[in-house]
Amino acid sequence: MLDRVAQAQHTIEQACRGLDRQITVMEVCGTHTVSIFRSGIRSILPEKLKLLSGPGCPVCVTDQGYIDAVMQLADREDCLIATYGDMIRVPGSDGSLETRASRGNVKVVLSSEDALQLARDNPGRTVVFIAVGFETTTPATAVAVQEAASEGIPNFCILSGHKLVIPAMRALLSGMNDRIDAFLCPGHVSVIIGSGAFAEIVNDYHRPCVVAGFEPLQIIEGLAEICRQLAAGTAELKSIYNAVVSEKGNTAAQRITAECFEPVDGYWRGVGKIAKSTLALKEQYRQFDAFKRFGLQDKPGKEIKGCRCGEVLCGLIEPMQCPLFGTRCTPQKPVGPCMVSSEGTCAAWFKYGRRK
Amino acid sequence: MTRTMATEPERILLAHGGGGQLQNQLIRERILPRLKNDVLGELGDSAHLTLSSNAICFTTDSYVVKPLFFKGGDIGKLAVCGTVNDLAVSGSRPFALSLALIIEEGFEIELLDRILQSISATAECNRVSIVTGDTKTVDHGCADGIFINTAGIGIKLPNVELGLGRIEVGDKILINGTIGDHGMTIISQREGISFESPLASDCAGLAELTCRLFETVPGIRFMRDPTRGGLAATLNEIVEGSRRSVEIEERAIPVKPAVQAAADMLGFDVLNAANEGKFVAVVSPDAADECLRVCREHPLGAEARIIGQIVETRDVPLVELKTKIGGRRIVQMPYGRELPRIC
Repeated sequence: MLDRVAQAQHTIEQACRGLDRQITVMEVCGTHTVSIFRSGIRSILPEKLKLLSGPGCPVCVTDQGYIDAVMQLADREDCLIATYGDMIRVPGSDGSLETRASRGNVKVVLSSEDALQLARDNPGRTVVFIAVGFETTTPATAVAVQEAASEGIPNFCILSGHKLVIPAMRALLSGMNDRIDAFLCPGHVSVIIGSGAFAEIVNDYHRPCVVAGFEPLQIIEGLAEICRQLAAGTAELKSIYNAVVSEKGNTAAQRITAECFEPVDGYWRGVGKIAKSTLALKEQYRQFDAFKRFGLQDKPGKEIKGCRCGEVLCGLIEPMQCPLFGTRCTPQKPVGPCMVSSEGTCAAWFKYGRRK
Repeated sequence: MTRTMATEPERILLAHGGGGQLQNQLIRERILPRLKNDVLGELGDSAHLTLSSNAICFTTDSYVVKPLFFKGGDIGKLAVCGTVNDLAVSGSRPFALSLALIIEEGFEIELLDRILQSISATAECNRVSIVTGDTKTVDHGCADGIFINTAGIGIKLPNVELGLGRIEVGDKILINGTIGDHGMTIISQREGISFESPLASDCAGLAELTCRLFETVPGIRFMRDPTRGGLAATLNEIVEGSRRSVEIEERAIPVKPAVQAAADMLGFDVLNAANEGKFVAVVSPDAADECLRVCREHPLGAEARIIGQIVETRDVPLVELKTKIGGRRIVQMPYGRELPRIC
C-alpha cells in the first residue's frame, strides 16, 4: 500500500510544482473529511494543495428554519420524534432535541424502518421521522413511507429535509465559491446516483470530478487523479471507486425515491435558497408529510449570532478562522451544527487538527 | 410471600430491600449460597480481614451497563473484572471485594440469579472473595434493572513502583491485545445491529497476567486499563500526567476486523472504544521484549504488541498517531458520548 501512496504523492507533488499556484480541491462529503483527518492525509500533502470541506454533512447543511420546525414538533405532547443521533444536539433557537429528550418524546433511531416500528408500537402518538440526509438516506425514507401507506399506518409521518448534492455543487460554482478547482466526489452518494451524475459539473463548469471511496488510499489516489488532470489542463469525470460505483448508480433506489419525492426549492445553511435542491413528498403521500399535517412552513431560519458555519460549509473560511471555534464553540458546547455532527467540518478540525 | 402464577416470573419487590424478612430471605436463599465464604457468611456489619501486608490498594467502581447481558459477559462479570483490573494495574494482587446491588422493583429474580452466578464464577476465577455486601431496592422506573457497585482491596506487590512521574523518553508502550472489542459489542448490541462476524466483549480479569508481569519483569513504569474513552483516553492521561509526548503506530495497534467494520459503519473511532480486558503498560526500553514474551505466554496477552513509545515533546505534550499511509495526526482526549453517524 505504501508504494501506491508514494506514487500518488509523487503525482501530486509534480503537478503542484508544474502549476506553481495554489490548488483548491473540495471534498464534498463529511465522511471524506473525517477520513482525511483520521488518516493524516493533510500531513503528507504539499502546502500548495489545499483541501476544503464542502457542504456534505447532512446535519450541517440543514437550515435553522428546519431545526426550529423540529423543535416545535418536539414540544407537542402528541408527537414522538424519531431522529438520527447526529441531529439531537444541533442547537435550535431555543435549546436542542437533547434538552427535549429528557421528557421522553425524542427517540434516537438508526433507520427509517426503526421509526416506522416506533409508530406501530405507539399507536396513541404521531411519530415524526426527522428525515435528513443526502441521496444515500432518501431511498430508505421512501421505503418507510411506502410501507406506511400500504400497511395503513396513520400515526407515521416524516419531516423531509432530504437534500441533493448536485444542485449544491452548482450553487457553489455559480458564485458562492469559484476558487474551487476540482471536486473529490462522495462514494456513498455516487453508489446511488451513479458517477455519471457528476458529468454536468464537468461539462458546465469545466472542473475535474473524481469519485473516490473512503479508504485513505482511495482518497489520496483520487487527489492524484485530480492533480494529474489539473496539470494536464483537462477536466474529466473519473471514478476510482469502480468496485462499488457504476455510471448509472442504483436505479431501483432512484426509482423508489422518484415515486415518493419531487425536488423543490430548499434552504441550506449558509448558502440560502437553492432551486430544486430539496426533496418534498409528492401529493399522493401528503398524509405522511409532517409539514402539511402540522401546518408547518419550510422557511429560512435566523442564523446563529456569531456562528460562521455557513462560510465553513461553502469552503470560504477554515474553521479556525471563526472566532467562536474552540473557545465558545466546542464539541461539548456546540454553537453551530458543524461542531455537532461527527462528520461536521468544525468537529473534525477540533478533534484531529486543532494543533496542527 | 405473594403467590405467583406458574407462568409469571418471580420478581423483586420493594420489600426485598426493606430490611425485613423478605430481604433476609433474599440474602440467605439467593445471594449467600452463590458467594459462599466464611467472612461473608457471618453477615456482620463489616468484614473483618487479616492482611498479609499493610501496603494495600483500595478502589471502587459502579456498573450501569446496558444491556445487562452481552456477548462475552454481563453486568456481574463486569463488576468483578472492572474492580479486579483497577487493583491489578495498580500493582497489587486483588484480595477482597465488596458488592452492592441496587435493584429496580419488578426485576426478574431469575436474572438476578444469573448475574449472581456470574459474579461468583468470575470472583472464583480471579481468586478474590466477596467479603461484604448490601442490597437495596428502588421504585420501578428509578433504575434500569440493576446497578452494581464493587469496591476492592489489593495487596501491593513487593518492589513494584509505578507512577506517571517515572515515565521517560524512549519508554515503550505495550498493550495486551486487540482494542475496542467491548465498546463496539455494547454499542452494536444496544443499537440492535447484528454484524455478520460476531463481536464479543473482551471482559476479563487481568490480575493473574499483571501479577506475573510485575513479579518477573522489572522496569514497568506505569500501567492503566483503557476502559471508557478507550486507548485514546488512557494515552492522553499518560501525556497529561507525565508531561511527555506519546507516539503510536496505527499499523501496530491490534484491532479485530469485525470491530473495525462495526466502528466504520457507525462512524466511531476505534481508539475511543472501551475495553474491559486490556491494559496499557509503559515499560523501559530494555524490558519491553521480556514484557512482550511474558504477555504472549498468557491467553489474555497472546496478541500483545508494542504500539508506540514516549518521545521528546516539540511544543506541547500530545499523543500523535503515525497512520497506515505514513501521515500523522493528533489523538485527542475523547469528549464523551459519540453519536452514530447518519450516512
